[in-house]
Amino acid sequence: MTISIRSVEKKFGRYPALNKVDLEIADGELLALLGPSGSGKTTLLRTIAGLEFPDAGQVLFDGQDVTFASAADRRVGFVFQQYALFKHMTVAKNIAFGLDVRKGKDKPSKAEIARRVEELLKLVELDGLGKRYPSQLSGGQRQRVALSRALAVQPSVLLLDEPFGALDATVRKSLRKELRRVHDATGVTTIFVTHDQEEALELADRVAILNKGQIEQIGTPDQVHDQPETAFVCGFVGEANCFEGEVGGGQFNAGALRLPSGGVREGAATAYVRPHDFVLDDGGFEVRVDRAHVQGALTTVNATAADGRPIEISASRAEAVRFQGTVKIAARKAHVYAA
Amino acid sequence: MASVSRRRATDDPAWAKALVIGVVAVFLALVLILPLAAVFAEALRKGLGAALEAINNADALAAVKLTLLTAAISVPFNAAFGLCAAWAIAKHEFLGKPLLITLIDLPFSVSPVVAGLIYVLIFGLQGWFGEYLVDNDIKIIFAVPGIVLATVFVTFPFVARELIPLMQEQGNSEEEAAVSMGAGGLYTFWRVTAPNVRWGLMYGVLLCNARAMGEFGAVSVVSGHIRGLTNTMPLHVEILYNEYDFVGAFAVAALLCLLAVVTLVLKTALEVAQPGMRGRGGH
Repeated sequence: MTISIRSVEKKFGRYPALNKVDLEIADGELLALLGPSGSGKTTLLRTIAGLEFPDAGQVLFDGQDVTFASAADRRVGFVFQQYALFKHMTVAKNIAFGLDVRKGKDKPSKAEIARRVEELLKLVELDGLGKRYPSQLSGGQRQRVALSRALAVQPSVLLLDEPFGALDATVRKSLRKELRRVHDATGVTTIFVTHDQEEALELADRVAILNKGQIEQIGTPDQVHDQPETAFVCGFVGEANCFEGEVGGGQFNAGALRLPSGGVREGAATAYVRPHDFVLDDGGFEVRVDRAHVQGALTTVNATAADGRPIEISASRAEAVRFQGTVKIAARKAHVYAA
Repeated sequence: MASVSRRRATDDPAWAKALVIGVVAVFLALVLILPLAAVFAEALRKGLGAALEAINNADALAAVKLTLLTAAISVPFNAAFGLCAAWAIAKHEFLGKPLLITLIDLPFSVSPVVAGLIYVLIFGLQGWFGEYLVDNDIKIIFAVPGIVLATVFVTFPFVARELIPLMQEQGNSEEEAAVSMGAGGLYTFWRVTAPNVRWGLMYGVLLCNARAMGEFGAVSVVSGHIRGLTNTMPLHVEILYNEYDFVGAFAVAALLCLLAVVTLVLKTALEVAQPGMRGRGGH
């Protein structure tokens, strides 16, 4: 199922939640909508689901206009942020809901529904828990139930709103892998909303970054991380040192700091440097090393430039030994954006 | 081994706790338990036989019947209305919603006597529809329909008030989940919304019932106090008392109290059975 979003607009009162959003989602893709809270990512997801309807623009499923079609007619599977499991129904009943609700010849037989529920419980590794109630499950298990409930109707697209938001770090990690595995096993087009860039980069085929109701950039995790098109994307995706300064004489200047400007026009500008793009360089500028701490295979070095700017540097542990006292560093790469 | 300390940071000194609990206990004893005890003591002053006899006569039994009939009509009506109103208010946005919320509270803020007078004004002999009703031989005021109407009016907010905060807290996401899986509005209501509020609904119904059986002011205005015909239990108590039939008055009052106690016991049982019902309802 391909999905096209065409100049979709949505306002809540006077507040514009979506501002002329265009987005193409390929069949079988796993796409992340990434952005800070209030960026419109959940509104966009709900618009695709048919839980919100846009003020202007179109939503197409496989070329068919579904802008004002009901959620049920779109055959979407939706996983809600707090799961929205039916508290008074067993896990099996929850998963069967979308099949039980069908009428006439569309409705599978009881045995068929039971078989399907078993199959889904197995898919999310919850076999044997069908008779429990949601309140008797852990957060991670509830999340799996919500996922299999959404998959029960064999949706043409699976939509997840902050699917791992309410879980602790370890469960979150294993469920990410789980979602990827389920996606690869079912091949269903999947879109999930997250504010966690690490989650988006790890899980998604492509990431769409939203800010203030607009899409800032769409691309593979590598593209958005390594070639951020806007200052917002650069600051939001991955770690970055941010410098306010100006471009002049073919380079970016901020105090003693000199960075390659990459062809940005002269004038006020903002530069971002990833911590791992700073290297020791005798031709560079001076920083005083304040503290170094180990993070796995890397060492994070906190330093201060001559004019008092804090700078974060990331280096291999072997390399980091050389960051002692006052050293000279330069940036291998910088992302400079005209202000 | 030392016993586990149960002290908490928010604990107040022992004397303060004792003082506060003591004040509450004395207050409850004076204004609640003492009068209740007095009712039963007075009723039984001439023995259980006399008390039973006071209840077991045609007029008293008619009053009991009318009270139960009134509750049996007004409680289901208000339960259905309250459920509809709470659903509309908590789950939907519409024009005039604040007005509807205010209107639901109206019976709480208006004196019951005024509530009764409203019906006299509308349906009474000199009222707006008085002539029409007389011409068509329809009796509302000084008859059972008037009593039921007045009771419905007074007990109207209980169920809705109980359900609105509960439904608002539960939010819309379960309904959205149901709809996204293809459930229609009615199916969603019966299978998702209603089960989530069933305990709150029962609680509201019990409160509503307690008030419906006990209502005096509004019913007094519209009833006409015709013995054996339009006398509810509270009205019957007043009549007997005014006739210096103290044993009779207190015997009927005691019966009314017993009905109320049964209601409260049921309510407490519900709370014990479902600890979450006054809040999240699960989890």
